[in-house]
Amino acid sequence: MSQTNMYLPQPAADSRSLPWGRWGLRVSAVSYLGIMIVLPVSAILQSALRDGPAAFWTEITDPVAFAALKLTLGTAAAATLINAIMGTLTAYVLVRCEFRGRQLLNALVDMPFAMPTLVTGVMLVVLYGPQRALGALLESNGVKLIFAPPGIILALLLVTYPFVVRAVQPALMELETNQEEAALTIGAGRWVAFYRIVLPTIAPAIVTGSLLNFGRAIGEFGAIIVVAGNIPGRTLTAAVHVFGQIESQNQRGAAAMSILLLALSFALLLAVDWMQHRKKVPDVEV
Amino acid sequence: MSKSEKASSAASPRVRRSRGERVLIGAAVVYAAALLLGPLIAAVWGSLSEGLAAFVREITTRDAITALRLTVILAAAATAINTVFGLCIAWVLVRDKFQGRRIVNGLVDLPFAVSPVIAGLMLILLFGRGGWLTSITDSMGVKVVFATPGMLLATVFVTLPFVIREVMPVLEQIGTAQESAAYTLGASSWQAFWHVTLPSIRWGLLYGVSLTFARALGEFGALLVVSGGISGLTETSTLFIFRSLDDRNYVAAYATALVLAFLSFSVLILMEFFKSRR
Repeated sequence: MSQTNMYLPQPAADSRSLPWGRWGLRVSAVSYLGIMIVLPVSAILQSALRDGPAAFWTEITDPVAFAALKLTLGTAAAATLINAIMGTLTAYVLVRCEFRGRQLLNALVDMPFAMPTLVTGVMLVVLYGPQRALGALLESNGVKLIFAPPGIILALLLVTYPFVVRAVQPALMELETNQEEAALTIGAGRWVAFYRIVLPTIAPAIVTGSLLNFGRAIGEFGAIIVVAGNIPGRTLTAAVHVFGQIESQNQRGAAAMSILLLALSFALLLAVDWMQHRKKVPDVEV
Repeated sequence: MSKSEKASSAASPRVRRSRGERVLIGAAVVYAAALLLGPLIAAVWGSLSEGLAAFVREITTRDAITALRLTVILAAAATAINTVFGLCIAWVLVRDKFQGRRIVNGLVDLPFAVSPVIAGLMLILLFGRGGWLTSITDSMGVKVVFATPGMLLATVFVTLPFVIREVMPVLEQIGTAQESAAYTLGASSWQAFWHVTLPSIRWGLLYGVSLTFARALGEFGALLVVSGGISGLTETSTLFIFRSLDDRNYVAAYATALVLAFLSFSVLILMEFFKSRR
């Protein structure tokens, strides 16, 4: 930005010479984010802690709230694990394999980003709901999906499907195939080549994608409220619990749970940020 | 596009496909199809279960149409707001090296991480009864919560990061050389932005805009908290679907869900187009 330009006697045209425009932009950017993000988050903090830490603690350790938190973390972890495996596989296939319908699969990956999550939930109920053919078949075999924790995991799998795929894809593209091919030439099996060479390189991307996946999963609401049945203590997740507390005019309870979820999300964001900055260091060294 | 072509040319020397590779492709395709397409097909089936006439009747009821109209208006307005501010924030974050930039950059992602219900709660705490800003909005005669302004704010909050996150890398990539050249030729900063910067970031920007619009169309949790669910007034399509499910009016719920899915799908096709041009 401050490079000298020999065709320009004075640096008059540099945007630095337009302090008004620059300051105006900076101030509007920062104040927009301040009003839209910092102010609302402060309101939640204040509401949760207004009556002191003891009140906050009672809200959090309430059995229903605690069960909701446990269910949320458990289902989110399960969905993240499955998507970490299937997402890596999908990304690998999309980058390394040539087959008909690859473009279609690639486009399909974005579908959950575009699809309203409530609609996702509705679709799952139509397919697996107890009154439906498939749902009835599963139920007669003792598998209860809808209105049970497996249904929550299924909804989360669908909603968060793109995260790991989209994180791993660019990492795989950057990775040259020659190391892998060298390993194959000297007789390594495809699995060994993947395990020894590809996996260590794309591991940070898998972790980053999984963190994003987990963060998205703990906040999911639209798909879950339709699918879960929302029975307190059994199929009520944290986000739905927050909604219930708002509905029953318990703002402190809602805010307390929100703070926990916010803190968790924030920690995940920091971890993602750390992963991404960490990734850049070896790039510079190479 | 060029990246994926590079990847495919890297893969092409191995024409004969091993069995392991076939299994991998099969697993990925079957998983995606079962997870994503199964429910979609089921929804089409479900909404047509009582015939095409019932489907058409349910999506053309007055409530369904006003809900859809409100959904599109809210999404368009939120997209417009976030496009303008998103461009501004992206520019500041990429080109303006000031202190605290990293914190501001971190803040941008927060709406991605926050559950939409929490976003709704924030607005209730700010603008609801006894909220921080309620006295100000009351004195202005504006009703925010349980009215459309609150719903707009909720949609704006939830979709805030998309344009910024899509524009930032493109802006970084194009560098400042062309802009400086424009300045050298005597362009004002507005001219340089309009004729030089904007054309080079347009596909990234449009991708971000379509993501914003798609996400705004489908917003539910924050709206459920903020809207008060007054049918015909503050009811969007997602809220209409939710109410129809509660009323056990399944065909209406499935049919509207399908309409919304179709809309999102159209935006998705646009998105893929923009992404390929990026």
